[in-house]
Amino acid sequence: MTAHVRFENVTVTYGPKTALRGVSLAIPPKQIFAVIGPVNSGKTTLLRCINRTIDFVPTAKVAGRVLIEDEDVRHMRDVYQLRRRVGMVFPLPVGLPLSVYENVAYAPRRAGTRDRRQLDEIVERCLREAMLWDEVKDRLNLLGTKLSGGQQQRLTLARALSLRPEILCLDEFSIAIDPVTTMRIEDILRELKRQMTIVLVTNLVQQARRLADYTAFVSASQLIEVDETETIFTKPANRLTERYVNGEFG
Amino acid sequence: MKAASQTRPWRAAQRLARVASEIGTNLRRLVIGRTEWAIESVIRLCGWSAILFVFSIFGFILLIAANAFGTLDWREFFFSTEWQPDSVVKPHYGTLALLVGTLSVTGLAMALAAPLGLGAAVFISEFCHGKVKETLKVLVELSAAIPSVVWGFVGYMVVAPLVIRFTGAPVGVNLLNGGLILGLMSVPIIVSMSEDALRAVPDAYREAAVSLGASRWEIVYRVLFPAAKNGLLAAVLLGVGRAIGETMAVLMCTGHAVKIPHSLLDPVRTLTATIASELGESPAGEMHYWVLFTIGLELFALTFAVNVVADLVVKGIRSARNY
Amino acid sequence: MHGIIDVCLDVEPVSQPAWSVFRPSVGRPWFIGHVKVNSECRRATVPTVPQSTIAASETPERHDLPATTAAGGLGEVGLAGTRNPFAASPLERRKNAKEAIARVVLALFTFVLIAPVLAILVYLVVKAWPVLGLSFILENPANRMTAGGIWAPLVGTFFLVVISLAIAAPIGILGGVYLNEYAGNNWRTRVVALGVTNLAGVPSIVHGLFGVGAFVLFAGMGESVLAASCTLAVMSLPVIITSTREALNSVPMAFREACWNMGATRWQTIRTIVLPNSIGGILTGVIFEVTRAAGETAPILFTGAVFFKGGLKEHGLASFFPYSLNEGCMALSMHLYTLATQVVGVSEPIQYGTAVVLIGLTLAVNSVSIGLRGYLRSRKKW
Repeated sequence: MTAHVRFENVTVTYGPKTALRGVSLAIPPKQIFAVIGPVNSGKTTLLRCINRTIDFVPTAKVAGRVLIEDEDVRHMRDVYQLRRRVGMVFPLPVGLPLSVYENVAYAPRRAGTRDRRQLDEIVERCLREAMLWDEVKDRLNLLGTKLSGGQQQRLTLARALSLRPEILCLDEFSIAIDPVTTMRIEDILRELKRQMTIVLVTNLVQQARRLADYTAFVSASQLIEVDETETIFTKPANRLTERYVNGEFG
Repeated sequence: MKAASQTRPWRAAQRLARVASEIGTNLRRLVIGRTEWAIESVIRLCGWSAILFVFSIFGFILLIAANAFGTLDWREFFFSTEWQPDSVVKPHYGTLALLVGTLSVTGLAMALAAPLGLGAAVFISEFCHGKVKETLKVLVELSAAIPSVVWGFVGYMVVAPLVIRFTGAPVGVNLLNGGLILGLMSVPIIVSMSEDALRAVPDAYREAAVSLGASRWEIVYRVLFPAAKNGLLAAVLLGVGRAIGETMAVLMCTGHAVKIPHSLLDPVRTLTATIASELGESPAGEMHYWVLFTIGLELFALTFAVNVVADLVVKGIRSARNY
Repeated sequence: MHGIIDVCLDVEPVSQPAWSVFRPSVGRPWFIGHVKVNSECRRATVPTVPQSTIAASETPERHDLPATTAAGGLGEVGLAGTRNPFAASPLERRKNAKEAIARVVLALFTFVLIAPVLAILVYLVVKAWPVLGLSFILENPANRMTAGGIWAPLVGTFFLVVISLAIAAPIGILGGVYLNEYAGNNWRTRVVALGVTNLAGVPSIVHGLFGVGAFVLFAGMGESVLAASCTLAVMSLPVIITSTREALNSVPMAFREACWNMGATRWQTIRTIVLPNSIGGILTGVIFEVTRAAGETAPILFTGAVFFKGGLKEHGLASFFPYSLNEGCMALSMHLYTLATQVVGVSEPIQYGTAVVLIGLTLAVNSVSIGLRGYLRSRKKW
């Protein structure tokens, strides 16, 4: 299996607390890769290692290597370039206090795109991809923070897509939004899979089952099992995994 | 006929334009990278110089005051009431009377300002609503902005005659006058700080109390006071800090007698007023001058300590309580 | 009727989780105590079917119950036929009386605090009325300061404030940005922040001493406009830094993280999101500092303010620049001090007029700051 992102024996500690212990896994390109596990099992930390936002946590220490296309993220010269390659969507929707248009155009502008026509194109494409275009196309000047929660989450998604990332990470994106929006975003993800690798952290087991091609189960800072989704859900190798996917704990 | 966009010179021009724009983009990236770096350096520089400036205050005063340390009789400095810096025979530098002056004026001011300030804060924050509340808050804030020299002027010109008329004191500028003015001055800061403290108490507390049938006064007395006590204490402490350090008002209102006051109508002299009135007359590079800086150091330590304690009192509850 | 009694007696006694909210905040377990009393009250009042018993059960202890524990209301329920059920029980009446007293006393406190300030303001204006006018502002002090106006001190104050803020505002704001956005969150930063915050409370006369030591003597500026401005600037720095940090802190962390996740650099994030949304708060702090710098006397007493400066240009453009940077200047606050305590034979209106102009200036600038803050609050973006 060729890997787009590869974790090699990654251990993350926050001061005395260990968030990830010796995780090694390979995320294949252009697939949906789900990470499931109970709360506080290190799922989010896993994502933050990919685009190195883990650097913002002062107490965090990372051992081991995270490779994107066989390049160690910690040796990348331009960390900002890395973050442009990896889109991130967080649990709580964050509309920046800018207009809807500027929200989506934010990252391309920072990356140096000045041409108005090009920006228009990007904004429209991303909003369409996030299935938000029809709702906001007449009020692109509205403040992003004034949208509803579900709309803001899709706006966040559109923002993450604005730089055409090769990897899209979603961290429990459905926590703060309604089921209808969740389903719509899930549809979007199935579409996007053709263009990019998607890493989906979720604590909704069924969401992983619906969407993912591969699923990893993390518990108590450790990677318990990773396999094709079907296998994880029907014939898991580990007893713990079986209990978790059957809803016996977590 | 070919379309204009297909002709060779057109295509060449296009390619040229593309190359140019690429160069432009790269240049811009380079420039952006550089400006980024430059701006960050400027910010860092400013950050450090601000910190340096702020902390050099202590350093400079210490540096000058240190000249006096060798010859200064510390016992006399702290425990003697004899302040005779100009004496030709043997100058005395006892600051006890000055310290007592400062503390007595501050104490009187606080005895006045603390209850008034807390009461007013409670009234504004819990009993007033809407326009009235906003107006009162703005009034308090504006009265905090009145310069201290104006307060001194008011004490000297307006309050002093009143003091003489109502108490029969021989001079109008005395402990009472100074305490009164200083109290009025420190009230606004106490009000706005305690108002902040009261506002920091979560509304859920008030709602729960209301649902149990507490009246508004009971909420204040039984719920808000205990919940916000650290914040209120800090507010009073900040008022104390400000009162200790106040210069112009006490310079103009307290009279200038270096002695330990025995009644409210005795004139007193404070640490700050001593510096303000004598620094101009003492030549640089002499003992008197250095001792004044030593007093400055004492003041610095006093107010800084009060402020830090107030700060820690507030921060202490914030971290200890988990709301 | 039974039903009602049951409902009001079914209040859970002691140690129900909902009450525990109060534990950390309330020193004495006051509410718990009352609920306890209520449960005792069940024993006392349950067998009270005959109405007379209920009426009689208004024992003195029960008056101590707050009305809404409903025990106080029991009597009314019992006498529903004969009495208005909404009438206040004795306990309620007592509570209301206490409340009213508290309200009046507190209102009185507030009045005692605000009235003198307003009275003083009015008194000052009335006393100053004879001289107030354009000529008072535009003329220089004359005749050993016993006549004329306050133009020279006014310009001096203007110079001091402008120069000091031109120094302090950029350094202070950028310093605040540094402390809040760049400096790591470690113990060193916390100590620095604690120090900076608390230096805002150091007495102004101590700042004056610092100015004498650092600028007048060490830097060799002498007693000059520049030295006084620098002293005021250093005095303003901690306040500006603190208010800047407060304004920056009001921008939620989530916005910054969202930007960083899209590959924006620190500065890009600050420039595009953090500063635009906090600049109002920062400006409010700076404007507030203008009034403080304008009103302070102690720091400039020995660093550059002079009692009197003669031979100043009166007319034309030159009257706007009467001082050069390396000489002392007059200042409004200093002038007021001088007029009140150092000069004999100054007519009262001139003294009061100076005070009024000084107050007017500070209050006007402060109102601008308050207005700006209100405006910004009204159009908050999230």
